[in-house]
Amino acid sequence: MELLAIFISAILINNFVLHYFLGICPFLGVSKKIDSAVSMGLAVTFVMTITAIVSWIINHWILIPFNLEYLQIVSFILIIASLVQLVEMFIRKSSPPLYQALGIYLPLITTNCAIMGLALLAALKNYNFVETVIFGVGSGVGFTLAIVLMAGIREQLDLADVPEPLKGAGIALIVAGIMALGFFGFSGMIK
Amino acid sequence: MMDVLVPILTMGLLGLFFSLGLVFAYKKLRVEEDPRVVAIADILPQANCGACGYSGCRAFAEAVVKGDAPTNGCPVGGEQVAAQVASILGEEAQALVKKVARLHCRGTKTAAKDRGEYIGVTTCRAAHLVGGQKQCSYGCLGFGDCIQACLFDAMEMGDDGLPRIDENKCTACGRCVEACPRNIIELHPVDQEIIVFCRSLDRGPLARKVCKNACIACGICVRACPEGIILENNLAKIVDYKKILPEQIPAIEKCPTKAIGRIHRASEEEQAKTNEKQAFAP
Repeated sequence: MELLAIFISAILINNFVLHYFLGICPFLGVSKKIDSAVSMGLAVTFVMTITAIVSWIINHWILIPFNLEYLQIVSFILIIASLVQLVEMFIRKSSPPLYQALGIYLPLITTNCAIMGLALLAALKNYNFVETVIFGVGSGVGFTLAIVLMAGIREQLDLADVPEPLKGAGIALIVAGIMALGFFGFSGMIK
Repeated sequence: MMDVLVPILTMGLLGLFFSLGLVFAYKKLRVEEDPRVVAIADILPQANCGACGYSGCRAFAEAVVKGDAPTNGCPVGGEQVAAQVASILGEEAQALVKKVARLHCRGTKTAAKDRGEYIGVTTCRAAHLVGGQKQCSYGCLGFGDCIQACLFDAMEMGDDGLPRIDENKCTACGRCVEACPRNIIELHPVDQEIIVFCRSLDRGPLARKVCKNACIACGICVRACPEGIILENNLAKIVDYKKILPEQIPAIEKCPTKAIGRIHRASEEEQAKTNEKQAFAP
């Protein structure tokens, strides 16, 4: 039950994009078409899950035993950067179609603050291993949900009569704000 | 001392571990890539316009190396790029005749009669849905969707209400061809001089009633050059440009509505008109 709560909360209540405002740059940059939004969402989910696993291992087996928690940020950057490289190479070798589909998004995620935020938050909340993994998957699903919803809205927005000064990023940010308000309504669901 | 050494050693070892991991993975997982693909991709124009029929310059480069696409398959790059691509592949460049987009309509504001005033979204696509402003339902709508679509700044709207194509700038990428809802823009080899400037399938009298420059299917051009031109659905059609001999061109140009003729005539005619006007000006 506890795990389900973590999962749901990562998707809806503490959504990375709409609650923490992390990962805004892919959220605005790659949300013009639903297809690419889905690819981006899947890539983020994938990297988040792997990051959650490895960062937990490093944190609990190396940093905490040596009292080096203050090195979390540096070591997580190291982990994420090298992991994404590794994953990219692996996918390129093992599944060229998937590599083509994820394309440019995979290396872009390396510098995504949502991934960093995930590793740090999981460490901050003192989750155990299983909880961390669930948290990672849930956060990724939450990101995918937000970016796909946003892409759907923006595809419709292309047909709408948007005032000249608000075109592009302006209206996208307003929509994101309204979406965040909407997701705020979920906050009563889980204490 | 330990407070300093432990973090340095930990981070150093972590870094070493990951870098060794990456080095090892790179050796194991490296994908061999054909250097010719990279070299060809580098010389392509990188417009990613898709005129070659592939999804982008990179995809075209891969297809050329595989042998699926011809070395001169990039219409944007022209002969120069074709020659470079061929030299990378060690082949002779296949001769590339430059193509340009051409408009098959001379329904200018003065020549084509309006059916009424069109008030609405000012794109050809929208106007096409309700039939457009002109009585002719085959001619140019004149809102310039093709000009919008052009990436190379090769088109502009003329004063006569028809788009004009700068053949030096045109790269035959085909975006205007796709943008035109009436399909009256086509790509032709740049050396093809004779063109039918009409797409109206209306019968002669009707076609002439709605537009002074329409093809009325009288057959004068067909009689002048039966091998190269035929009549089809009330419209003259050039079936084989190469069979039109230079000495037949004057006879073809006797067309009563000037719906077939030399491509560059339009500008000369206008020039003559403006000269006339200036001559009559007080």
